[in-house]
Amino acid sequence: MDNLVEIKNVTFGYGARPVLKGINLTARRGQVVAIMGSSGCGKTTLLRLIGGQIKPNSGSVRVAGQEVSELDTDGLYLLRRKMGMLFQFGALFTDMSVFDNIAFQLREHTQLPEELIRDLVLMKLHAVGLRGAAHLMPSELSGGMARRVALARSIALEPMLVMYDEPFAGLDPISLGVVGNLIRRLTDTLGLTSIVVTHDVQESLKIVDYVYFISAGAIEAEGTAEEMRASGLPFVHQFVHGEPDGPVPFHYPARPYAEDLRLEQ
Amino acid sequence: MIKPLQAIARLGHHALASMSRIGLATRFFLATLLRSGVAFRRFNLTIRETYFAGVLSLIIILVSGLFVGMVLGLQGYETLQTYGSESALGVLVALSLVRELGPVVAALLFASRAGSAITAEIGLMKATEQLAAMEMMAVDPIARVVAPRFWAGVISMPLLAALFSAMGIFGGYLVGVVLIGVDEGSFWSQMQAQVDFQEDILNGVIKSVVFGVAVTAIALFEGYDAPPTAEGVSRATTRTVVTSSLAILALDFVLTAFMFRGVG
Repeated sequence: MDNLVEIKNVTFGYGARPVLKGINLTARRGQVVAIMGSSGCGKTTLLRLIGGQIKPNSGSVRVAGQEVSELDTDGLYLLRRKMGMLFQFGALFTDMSVFDNIAFQLREHTQLPEELIRDLVLMKLHAVGLRGAAHLMPSELSGGMARRVALARSIALEPMLVMYDEPFAGLDPISLGVVGNLIRRLTDTLGLTSIVVTHDVQESLKIVDYVYFISAGAIEAEGTAEEMRASGLPFVHQFVHGEPDGPVPFHYPARPYAEDLRLEQ
Repeated sequence: MIKPLQAIARLGHHALASMSRIGLATRFFLATLLRSGVAFRRFNLTIRETYFAGVLSLIIILVSGLFVGMVLGLQGYETLQTYGSESALGVLVALSLVRELGPVVAALLFASRAGSAITAEIGLMKATEQLAAMEMMAVDPIARVVAPRFWAGVISMPLLAALFSAMGIFGGYLVGVVLIGVDEGSFWSQMQAQVDFQEDILNGVIKSVVFGVAVTAIALFEGYDAPPTAEGVSRATTRTVVTSSLAILALDFVLTAFMFRGVG
Protein backbone atom coordinates (compact mmCIF):
# COMPACT_ATOMS: atom_id res chain seq x y z
CA MET A 1 0.00 0.00 0.00
CA ASP A 2 2.19 2.72 -1.31
CA ASN A 3 -0.54 5.14 -2.27
CA LEU A 4 -1.93 7.25 0.57
CA VAL A 5 -4.51 9.09 -1.50
CA GLU A 6 -6.25 7.55 -4.50
CA ILE A 7 -8.85 9.45 -6.48
CA LYS A 8 -10.55 7.56 -9.29
CA ASN A 9 -12.98 8.93 -11.88
CA VAL A 10 -14.34 11.56 -9.53
CA THR A 11 -17.02 13.91 -10.77
CA PHE A 12 -18.50 16.65 -8.66
CA GLY A 13 -20.76 19.64 -9.20
CA TYR A 14 -22.51 22.34 -7.23
CA GLY A 15 -26.11 21.98 -8.41
CA ALA A 16 -26.11 21.73 -12.18
CA ARG A 17 -22.66 23.32 -12.55
CA PRO A 18 -19.97 20.63 -12.95
CA VAL A 19 -16.71 21.45 -11.18
CA LEU A 20 -14.74 18.23 -11.53
CA LYS A 21 -15.12 15.90 -14.49
CA GLY A 22 -13.55 12.47 -14.15
CA ILE A 23 -10.45 13.21 -12.08
CA ASN A 24 -7.81 10.52 -11.48
CA LEU A 25 -5.06 11.33 -9.03
CA THR A 26 -2.73 9.50 -6.66
CA ALA A 27 -0.39 10.70 -3.95
CA ARG A 28 2.24 8.23 -2.79
CA ARG A 29 3.51 8.20 0.76
CA GLY A 30 6.36 10.61 1.36
CA GLN A 31 5.69 12.64 -1.76
CA VAL A 32 4.92 16.31 -2.23
CA VAL A 33 2.23 16.39 -4.90
CA ALA A 34 1.11 19.66 -6.45
CA ILE A 35 -2.26 20.34 -7.99
CA MET A 36 -2.02 23.36 -10.24
CA GLY A 37 -4.45 25.25 -12.35
CA SER A 38 -5.91 28.68 -12.79
CA SER A 39 -8.20 30.17 -10.17
CA GLY A 40 -11.63 28.60 -9.99
CA CYS A 41 -10.74 25.37 -11.80
CA GLY A 42 -11.77 23.09 -8.93
CA LYS A 43 -8.48 22.68 -7.05
CA THR A 44 -9.83 23.57 -3.63
CA THR A 45 -12.88 21.39 -4.29
CA LEU A 46 -10.51 18.48 -4.69
CA LEU A 47 -9.02 19.11 -1.23
CA ARG A 48 -12.49 19.32 0.26
CA LEU A 49 -13.28 15.93 -1.28
CA ILE A 50 -10.16 14.37 0.23
CA GLY A 51 -11.02 15.88 3.64
CA GLY A 52 -14.57 14.56 3.37
CA GLN A 53 -16.19 18.00 3.64
CA ILE A 54 -18.11 17.22 0.46
CA LYS A 55 -18.97 13.98 -1.28
CA PRO A 56 -18.31 13.18 -4.95
CA ASN A 57 -21.27 12.69 -7.31
CA SER A 58 -19.53 9.60 -8.64
CA GLY A 59 -16.15 7.92 -8.42
CA SER A 60 -14.03 7.04 -5.43
CA VAL A 61 -11.81 8.97 -3.02
CA ARG A 62 -9.68 6.71 -0.85
CA VAL A 63 -7.37 7.89 1.90
CA ALA A 64 -5.17 5.27 3.60
CA GLY A 65 -7.34 2.57 2.06
CA GLN A 66 -10.61 4.01 3.41
CA GLU A 67 -13.37 5.23 1.11
CA VAL A 68 -13.92 8.76 2.47
CA SER A 69 -17.52 9.20 1.29
CA GLU A 70 -18.63 5.98 3.02
CA LEU A 71 -17.38 6.98 6.48
CA ASP A 72 -19.87 8.11 9.12
CA THR A 73 -19.18 11.26 11.14
CA ASP A 74 -17.16 9.40 13.79
CA GLY A 75 -15.11 7.56 11.18
CA LEU A 76 -14.52 10.79 9.30
CA TYR A 77 -13.40 12.62 12.44
CA LEU A 78 -11.08 9.73 13.26
CA LEU A 79 -9.53 9.96 9.80
CA ARG A 80 -9.24 13.75 10.01
CA ARG A 81 -7.13 13.44 13.15
CA LYS A 82 -4.52 11.95 10.85
CA MET A 83 -4.86 14.80 8.36
CA GLY A 84 -3.64 18.35 8.61
CA MET A 85 -4.86 21.20 6.49
CA LEU A 86 -3.35 24.58 5.84
CA PHE A 87 -6.03 27.01 4.74
CA GLN A 88 -5.48 29.76 2.23
CA PHE A 89 -5.08 32.58 4.72
CA GLY A 90 -4.10 30.41 7.65
CA ALA A 91 -7.54 30.35 9.30
CA LEU A 92 -5.93 30.83 12.71
CA PHE A 93 -8.36 31.17 15.59
CA THR A 94 -8.29 34.91 16.13
CA ASP A 95 -9.38 34.74 19.78
CA MET A 96 -6.41 32.58 20.78
CA SER A 97 -2.68 33.25 20.96
CA VAL A 98 -0.25 31.51 18.61
CA PHE A 99 0.54 29.06 21.41
CA ASP A 100 -3.11 28.20 22.05
CA ASN A 101 -3.77 27.83 18.33
CA ILE A 102 -1.16 25.09 18.09
CA ALA A 103 -2.15 23.54 21.41
CA PHE A 104 -5.82 23.48 20.29
CA GLN A 105 -5.87 20.00 18.78
CA LEU A 106 -3.62 18.55 21.48
CA ARG A 107 -6.03 19.82 24.13
CA GLU A 108 -9.13 18.71 22.22
CA HIS A 109 -8.00 15.23 21.27
CA THR A 110 -5.50 14.12 23.88
CA GLN A 111 -5.32 13.94 27.65
CA LEU A 112 -1.71 15.07 27.74
CA PRO A 113 -0.59 17.08 30.78
CA GLU A 114 -0.14 20.80 30.18
CA GLU A 115 3.68 20.67 30.59
CA LEU A 116 3.95 18.12 27.82
CA ILE A 117 1.63 20.13 25.59
CA ARG A 118 3.85 23.14 26.20
CA ASP A 119 6.95 21.25 25.08
CA LEU A 120 5.20 19.82 22.00
CA VAL A 121 3.89 23.24 20.97
CA LEU A 122 7.31 24.84 21.35
CA MET A 123 8.83 22.04 19.26
CA LYS A 124 6.32 22.63 16.45
CA LEU A 125 6.90 26.37 16.63
CA HIS A 126 10.65 25.83 16.59
CA ALA A 127 10.29 23.75 13.43
CA VAL A 128 8.74 26.73 11.64
CA GLY A 129 11.12 29.21 13.28
CA LEU A 130 8.55 31.02 15.39
CA ARG A 131 9.23 29.79 18.92
CA GLY A 132 9.72 33.39 19.96
CA ALA A 133 6.27 34.38 18.70
CA ALA A 134 4.33 31.95 20.89
CA HIS A 135 2.73 34.70 22.97
CA LEU A 136 1.57 36.84 20.02
CA MET A 137 -2.03 37.06 18.85
CA PRO A 138 -2.80 36.20 15.19
CA SER A 139 -3.58 39.86 14.47
CA GLU A 140 0.02 40.76 15.36
CA LEU A 141 1.52 38.40 12.77
CA SER A 142 2.55 39.18 9.20
CA GLY A 143 1.00 37.12 6.40
CA GLY A 144 4.06 34.90 6.10
CA MET A 145 4.27 34.33 9.85
CA ALA A 146 0.56 33.48 10.04
CA ARG A 147 1.06 30.91 7.28
CA ARG A 148 3.95 29.36 9.21
CA VAL A 149 1.94 29.23 12.43
CA ALA A 150 -0.89 27.57 10.51
CA LEU A 151 1.64 25.10 9.15
CA ALA A 152 2.84 24.31 12.68
CA ARG A 153 -0.78 23.89 13.74
CA SER A 154 -1.53 21.49 10.89
CA ILE A 155 1.30 19.16 11.99
CA ALA A 156 0.42 19.38 15.69
CA LEU A 157 -0.98 15.85 15.87
CA GLU A 158 1.73 14.35 13.64
CA PRO A 159 -0.59 13.65 10.71
CA MET A 160 0.13 11.29 7.84
CA LEU A 161 -1.25 13.69 5.25
CA VAL A 162 -1.11 17.47 5.07
CA MET A 163 -3.08 19.46 2.51
CA TYR A 164 -2.13 23.01 1.64
CA ASP A 165 -4.63 25.34 0.02
CA GLU A 166 -2.69 28.05 -1.81
CA PRO A 167 0.16 28.20 0.73
CA PHE A 168 2.02 30.80 -1.35
CA ALA A 169 -0.82 33.24 -2.04
CA GLY A 170 0.01 36.82 -1.13
CA LEU A 171 3.49 36.19 0.31
CA ASP A 172 6.62 38.26 -0.25
CA PRO A 173 9.54 36.49 -2.01
CA ILE A 174 11.38 35.71 1.23
CA SER A 175 8.32 34.22 2.97
CA LEU A 176 7.56 32.38 -0.26
CA GLY A 177 10.91 30.60 -0.16
CA VAL A 178 10.61 29.94 3.58
CA VAL A 179 7.17 28.36 3.31
CA GLY A 180 8.18 26.33 0.25
CA ASN A 181 11.28 24.96 2.00
CA LEU A 182 9.29 24.20 5.13
CA ILE A 183 6.77 22.13 3.18
CA ARG A 184 9.56 20.08 1.65
CA ARG A 185 11.57 19.72 4.85
CA LEU A 186 8.63 18.80 7.07
CA THR A 187 7.44 16.25 4.52
CA ASP A 188 10.84 14.59 4.51
CA THR A 189 11.64 14.74 8.22
CA LEU A 190 8.20 13.82 9.55
CA GLY A 191 7.49 11.25 6.84
CA LEU A 192 4.34 13.08 5.74
CA THR A 193 2.57 13.09 2.45
CA SER A 194 1.80 16.59 1.18
CA ILE A 195 -0.74 17.75 -1.34
CA VAL A 196 -0.21 21.35 -2.37
CA VAL A 197 -2.90 23.20 -4.27
CA THR A 198 -1.36 26.25 -5.85
CA HIS A 199 -1.04 28.43 -8.89
CA ASP A 200 2.47 29.53 -8.02
CA VAL A 201 4.36 27.52 -10.62
CA GLN A 202 7.94 28.62 -10.08
CA GLU A 203 7.93 28.20 -6.31
CA SER A 204 6.15 24.88 -6.26
CA LEU A 205 8.09 23.26 -9.12
CA LYS A 206 11.18 23.67 -6.90
CA ILE A 207 9.81 21.47 -4.14
CA VAL A 208 7.35 18.96 -5.62
CA ASP A 209 7.79 15.35 -6.69
CA TYR A 210 4.77 15.14 -8.96
CA VAL A 211 2.43 17.67 -10.54
CA TYR A 212 -1.13 17.53 -11.81
CA PHE A 213 -2.42 20.35 -14.01
CA ILE A 214 -6.15 20.90 -13.84
CA SER A 215 -8.10 22.98 -16.29
CA ALA A 216 -11.86 23.40 -16.29
CA GLY A 217 -12.35 20.45 -13.94
CA ALA A 218 -10.27 17.89 -15.82
CA ILE A 219 -6.63 16.83 -15.56
CA GLU A 220 -4.81 18.39 -18.48
CA ALA A 221 -1.33 17.07 -17.80
CA GLU A 222 0.70 15.28 -15.14
CA GLY A 223 4.30 14.39 -14.48
CA THR A 224 7.41 15.27 -12.52
CA ALA A 225 8.57 18.85 -12.19
CA GLU A 226 11.22 18.34 -14.88
CA GLU A 227 8.71 16.84 -17.31
CA MET A 228 6.40 19.79 -16.77
CA ARG A 229 9.13 22.35 -17.39
CA ALA A 230 9.99 20.63 -20.64
CA SER A 231 6.40 19.97 -21.64
CA GLY A 232 5.28 21.02 -25.08
CA LEU A 233 1.59 20.90 -24.26
CA PRO A 234 0.13 24.34 -25.01
CA PHE A 235 -1.75 24.61 -21.69
CA VAL A 236 1.23 23.59 -19.56
CA HIS A 237 3.51 25.86 -21.57
CA GLN A 238 1.20 28.82 -21.10
CA PHE A 239 0.91 28.11 -17.38
CA VAL A 240 4.56 27.42 -16.61
CA HIS A 241 5.72 30.47 -18.53
CA GLY A 242 2.87 32.69 -17.43
CA GLU A 243 1.74 33.76 -20.89
CA PRO A 244 -1.38 35.95 -20.82
CA ASP A 245 -3.12 34.35 -23.79
CA GLY A 246 -3.23 30.79 -25.07
CA PRO A 247 -5.51 27.83 -24.44
CA VAL A 248 -6.69 29.74 -21.36
CA PRO A 249 -8.03 32.89 -23.03
CA PHE A 250 -7.44 36.38 -21.69
CA HIS A 251 -11.02 37.42 -22.40
CA TYR A 252 -14.02 36.14 -20.53
CA PRO A 253 -16.53 34.87 -23.12
CA ALA A 254 -18.51 37.84 -24.42
CA ARG A 255 -20.34 39.18 -27.46
CA PRO A 256 -18.10 40.54 -30.24
CA TYR A 257 -16.38 43.74 -29.09
CA ALA A 258 -17.64 45.86 -31.99
CA GLU A 259 -21.18 44.73 -31.35
CA ASP A 260 -20.92 45.59 -27.65
CA LEU A 261 -19.71 49.09 -28.47
CA ARG A 262 -22.58 49.44 -31.02
CA LEU A 263 -20.14 50.14 -33.83
CA GLU A 264 -22.15 47.90 -36.18
CA GLN A 265 -25.68 48.61 -37.08
CA MET B 1 -49.99 36.75 -19.41
CA ILE B 2 -46.40 36.19 -18.39
CA LYS B 3 -46.21 38.94 -15.76
CA PRO B 4 -48.77 37.55 -13.31
CA LEU B 5 -47.29 34.09 -13.75
CA GLN B 6 -43.86 35.45 -13.00
CA ALA B 7 -45.19 37.20 -9.92
CA ILE B 8 -46.70 33.94 -8.68
CA ALA B 9 -43.46 32.10 -9.42
CA ARG B 10 -41.51 34.73 -7.49
CA LEU B 11 -43.92 34.49 -4.58
CA GLY B 12 -43.55 30.72 -4.59
CA HIS B 13 -39.81 31.03 -4.72
CA HIS B 14 -39.74 33.36 -1.73
CA ALA B 15 -42.12 31.10 0.20
CA LEU B 16 -39.98 28.04 -0.50
CA ALA B 17 -36.80 29.89 0.39
CA SER B 18 -38.16 31.09 3.73
CA MET B 19 -39.60 27.65 4.53
CA SER B 20 -36.25 26.01 3.88
CA ARG B 21 -34.55 28.64 6.05
CA ILE B 22 -36.95 27.91 8.88
CA GLY B 23 -36.18 24.22 8.43
CA LEU B 24 -32.46 24.91 8.49
CA ALA B 25 -32.80 27.05 11.61
CA THR B 26 -34.79 24.33 13.38
CA ARG B 27 -32.23 21.68 12.51
CA PHE B 28 -29.45 23.98 13.67
CA PHE B 29 -31.24 24.62 16.96
CA LEU B 30 -31.83 20.90 17.57
CA ALA B 31 -28.23 20.08 16.67
CA THR B 32 -27.08 22.71 19.18
CA LEU B 33 -29.21 21.16 21.92
CA LEU B 34 -28.11 17.60 21.07
CA ARG B 35 -24.43 18.47 20.99
CA SER B 36 -24.40 20.52 24.18
CA GLY B 37 -22.44 17.89 26.10
CA VAL B 38 -19.14 19.72 25.72
CA ALA B 39 -20.66 22.99 26.94
CA PHE B 40 -21.43 21.34 30.28
CA ARG B 41 -18.56 18.86 30.56
CA ARG B 42 -16.07 21.64 29.94
CA PHE B 43 -18.04 24.33 31.68
CA ASN B 44 -15.14 26.79 31.55
CA LEU B 45 -15.93 27.23 27.83
CA THR B 46 -19.45 28.34 28.75
CA ILE B 47 -18.19 30.54 31.57
CA ARG B 48 -15.84 32.31 29.17
CA GLU B 49 -18.73 33.05 26.79
CA THR B 50 -20.91 34.13 29.71
CA TYR B 51 -18.29 36.74 30.42
CA PHE B 52 -18.44 38.07 26.85
CA ALA B 53 -22.22 37.94 26.49
CA GLY B 54 -23.28 38.69 30.05
CA VAL B 55 -20.65 40.53 32.05
CA LEU B 56 -19.74 42.86 29.20
CA SER B 57 -23.43 43.73 28.76
CA LEU B 58 -23.69 44.79 32.41
CA ILE B 59 -22.97 48.50 31.91
CA ILE B 60 -25.67 49.08 29.30
CA ILE B 61 -28.17 46.96 31.24
CA LEU B 62 -27.54 48.68 34.59
CA VAL B 63 -27.55 52.23 33.23
CA SER B 64 -30.67 51.62 31.11
CA GLY B 65 -32.41 49.98 34.07
CA LEU B 66 -31.68 52.97 36.25
CA PHE B 67 -33.07 55.45 33.73
CA VAL B 68 -36.15 53.37 32.93
CA GLY B 69 -36.86 53.13 36.67
CA MET B 70 -36.41 56.87 37.13
CA VAL B 71 -38.82 57.63 34.27
CA LEU B 72 -41.31 55.17 35.75
CA GLY B 73 -41.00 57.01 39.06
CA LEU B 74 -41.77 60.36 37.48
CA GLN B 75 -44.59 59.21 35.23
CA GLY B 76 -46.08 56.95 37.89
CA TYR B 77 -46.09 59.67 40.51
CA GLU B 78 -47.78 62.13 38.19
CA THR B 79 -50.62 59.72 37.43
CA LEU B 80 -50.98 58.27 40.93
CA GLN B 81 -51.09 61.62 42.73
CA THR B 82 -54.22 62.54 40.71
CA TYR B 83 -55.98 59.78 42.62
CA GLY B 84 -54.15 60.49 45.85
CA SER B 85 -52.49 57.12 45.83
CA GLU B 86 -48.86 58.07 45.38
CA SER B 87 -47.98 55.66 48.18
CA ALA B 88 -48.57 52.87 45.60
CA LEU B 89 -45.64 54.19 43.53
CA GLY B 90 -43.37 51.36 44.71
CA VAL B 91 -45.86 48.72 43.57
CA LEU B 92 -46.31 50.37 40.19
CA VAL B 93 -42.57 50.61 39.54
CA ALA B 94 -41.82 47.09 40.77
CA LEU B 95 -44.67 45.37 38.94
CA SER B 96 -43.99 47.17 35.65
CA LEU B 97 -40.37 46.15 35.87
CA VAL B 98 -40.49 42.52 37.00
CA ARG B 99 -43.46 41.59 34.83
CA GLU B 100 -42.74 43.43 31.60
CA LEU B 101 -40.07 46.05 31.26
CA GLY B 102 -37.29 44.07 32.96
CA PRO B 103 -37.41 40.99 30.76
CA VAL B 104 -38.43 42.80 27.56
CA VAL B 105 -36.14 45.83 27.59
CA ALA B 106 -33.21 43.83 28.95
CA ALA B 107 -33.73 41.29 26.14
CA LEU B 108 -33.91 44.05 23.51
CA LEU B 109 -30.68 45.53 24.84
CA PHE B 110 -29.11 42.07 25.03
CA ALA B 111 -30.05 41.43 21.39
CA SER B 112 -28.39 44.60 20.21
CA ARG B 113 -25.35 44.38 22.49
CA ALA B 114 -24.56 40.65 22.70
CA GLY B 115 -26.67 39.13 19.91
CA SER B 116 -25.11 41.29 17.21
CA ALA B 117 -21.63 40.55 18.58
CA ILE B 118 -22.28 36.81 18.52
CA THR B 119 -23.53 36.94 14.91
CA ALA B 120 -20.58 39.03 13.76
CA GLU B 121 -18.09 36.79 15.54
CA ILE B 122 -19.49 33.51 14.20
CA GLY B 123 -19.99 35.01 10.72
CA LEU B 124 -16.39 36.22 10.61
CA MET B 125 -15.12 32.89 11.93
CA LYS B 126 -16.93 31.30 9.03
CA ALA B 127 -15.71 33.86 6.49
CA THR B 128 -12.09 33.40 7.58
CA GLU B 129 -12.47 29.60 7.39
CA GLN B 130 -11.92 29.16 11.14
CA LEU B 131 -15.00 26.94 11.39
CA ALA B 132 -13.90 24.87 8.38
CA ALA B 133 -10.43 24.57 9.92
CA MET B 134 -11.99 23.35 13.16
CA GLU B 135 -13.98 20.74 11.26
CA MET B 136 -10.85 19.58 9.47
CA MET B 137 -9.22 19.19 12.89
CA ALA B 138 -12.00 16.76 13.79
CA VAL B 139 -13.54 19.23 16.25
CA ASP B 140 -17.26 19.83 15.83
CA PRO B 141 -17.82 23.62 15.66
CA ILE B 142 -21.43 23.27 16.82
CA ALA B 143 -20.29 21.54 20.00
CA ARG B 144 -17.15 23.63 20.55
CA VAL B 145 -18.19 27.12 19.37
CA VAL B 146 -21.98 27.29 19.10
CA ALA B 147 -23.26 25.35 22.12
CA PRO B 148 -21.18 27.16 24.79
CA ARG B 149 -22.34 30.52 23.40
CA PHE B 150 -25.94 29.32 23.39
CA TRP B 151 -25.91 28.26 27.02
CA ALA B 152 -24.00 31.37 27.99
CA GLY B 153 -26.82 33.46 26.50
CA VAL B 154 -29.50 31.39 28.20
CA ILE B 155 -27.77 31.74 31.57
CA SER B 156 -26.99 35.45 31.19
CA MET B 157 -30.41 36.66 30.09
CA PRO B 158 -32.45 36.06 33.31
CA LEU B 159 -29.59 37.39 35.44
CA LEU B 160 -29.37 40.54 33.34
CA ALA B 161 -33.15 40.98 33.44
CA ALA B 162 -33.09 40.62 37.24
CA LEU B 163 -30.33 43.21 37.54
CA PHE B 164 -32.23 45.50 35.17
CA SER B 165 -35.33 45.28 37.37
CA ALA B 166 -33.35 45.77 40.58
CA MET B 167 -31.63 48.81 39.13
CA GLY B 168 -34.99 50.12 37.87
CA ILE B 169 -36.59 49.79 41.29
CA PHE B 170 -33.63 51.68 42.75
CA GLY B 171 -34.16 54.39 40.09
CA GLY B 172 -37.85 54.59 41.00
CA TYR B 173 -36.88 54.88 44.66
CA LEU B 174 -34.41 57.68 43.90
CA VAL B 175 -36.98 59.74 42.03
CA GLY B 176 -40.06 58.85 44.10
CA VAL B 177 -38.70 58.82 47.63
CA VAL B 178 -35.47 60.80 47.59
CA LEU B 179 -36.40 63.45 45.03
CA ILE B 180 -40.18 63.87 45.29
CA GLY B 181 -40.61 62.76 48.85
CA VAL B 182 -43.08 59.87 48.69
CA ASP B 183 -43.24 58.11 52.04
CA GLU B 184 -40.41 55.59 52.16
CA GLY B 185 -42.24 53.14 54.40
CA SER B 186 -45.28 52.83 52.19
CA PHE B 187 -43.07 52.70 49.06
CA TRP B 188 -41.33 49.55 50.24
CA SER B 189 -44.08 47.91 52.34
CA GLN B 190 -46.72 48.17 49.62
CA MET B 191 -44.24 46.75 47.15
CA GLN B 192 -43.52 43.86 49.49
CA ALA B 193 -47.20 43.16 50.05
CA GLN B 194 -48.34 43.38 46.44
CA VAL B 195 -45.56 41.74 44.44
CA ASP B 196 -46.20 38.00 44.35
CA PHE B 197 -43.21 35.72 44.04
CA GLN B 198 -44.77 33.19 41.71
CA GLU B 199 -47.22 35.32 39.75
CA ASP B 200 -44.89 38.23 39.18
CA ILE B 201 -41.25 37.41 39.75
CA LEU B 202 -41.22 33.80 38.57
CA ASN B 203 -43.25 34.64 35.46
CA GLY B 204 -40.78 37.41 34.69
CA VAL B 205 -37.90 34.96 35.02
CA ILE B 206 -39.66 32.47 32.71
CA LYS B 207 -40.06 35.24 30.15
CA SER B 208 -36.43 36.23 30.28
CA VAL B 209 -35.28 32.62 29.91
CA VAL B 210 -37.47 32.23 26.81
CA PHE B 211 -36.12 35.51 25.40
CA GLY B 212 -32.59 34.36 26.14
CA VAL B 213 -33.14 31.15 24.18
CA ALA B 214 -34.73 33.05 21.27
CA VAL B 215 -32.15 35.85 21.01
CA THR B 216 -29.11 33.60 21.34
CA ALA B 217 -30.46 30.96 18.95
CA ILE B 218 -31.28 33.60 16.33
CA ALA B 219 -27.90 35.29 16.72
CA LEU B 220 -26.01 32.00 16.42
CA PHE B 221 -28.00 30.80 13.42
CA GLU B 222 -27.65 34.09 11.57
CA GLY B 223 -23.89 34.01 12.10
CA TYR B 224 -23.55 30.37 11.12
CA ASP B 225 -25.73 30.86 8.03
CA ALA B 226 -24.18 34.18 6.94
CA PRO B 227 -22.66 34.33 3.45
CA PRO B 228 -18.89 34.39 4.03
CA THR B 229 -18.38 37.96 2.82
CA ALA B 230 -18.20 41.38 4.48
CA GLU B 231 -21.63 42.25 3.13
CA GLY B 232 -23.06 38.90 4.20
CA VAL B 233 -21.86 39.30 7.78
CA SER B 234 -23.13 42.89 8.02
CA ARG B 235 -26.55 41.86 6.75
CA ALA B 236 -26.69 38.92 9.12
CA THR B 237 -25.85 41.20 12.05
CA THR B 238 -28.66 43.57 11.13
CA ARG B 239 -31.06 40.64 10.70
CA THR B 240 -30.15 39.34 14.15
CA VAL B 241 -31.16 42.61 15.82
CA VAL B 242 -34.35 43.01 13.76
CA THR B 243 -35.51 39.39 13.97
CA SER B 244 -34.74 38.93 17.63
CA SER B 245 -36.39 42.24 18.60
CA LEU B 246 -39.56 41.20 16.79
CA ALA B 247 -39.34 37.72 18.29
CA ILE B 248 -39.02 39.18 21.80
CA LEU B 249 -42.10 41.38 21.39
CA ALA B 250 -44.19 38.64 19.80
CA LEU B 251 -43.15 36.05 22.38
CA ASP B 252 -43.87 38.55 25.12
CA PHE B 253 -47.46 38.83 23.96
CA VAL B 254 -47.86 35.05 23.74
CA LEU B 255 -46.33 34.48 27.17
CA THR B 256 -48.33 37.29 28.77
CA ALA B 257 -51.50 35.78 27.31
CA PHE B 258 -50.64 32.44 28.91
CA MET B 259 -49.89 34.09 32.24
CA PHE B 260 -52.97 36.31 32.16
CA ARG B 261 -55.16 35.67 35.18
CA GLY B 262 -58.46 36.34 33.47
CA VAL B 263 -60.89 39.25 33.59
CA GLY B 264 -62.43 40.17 36.92
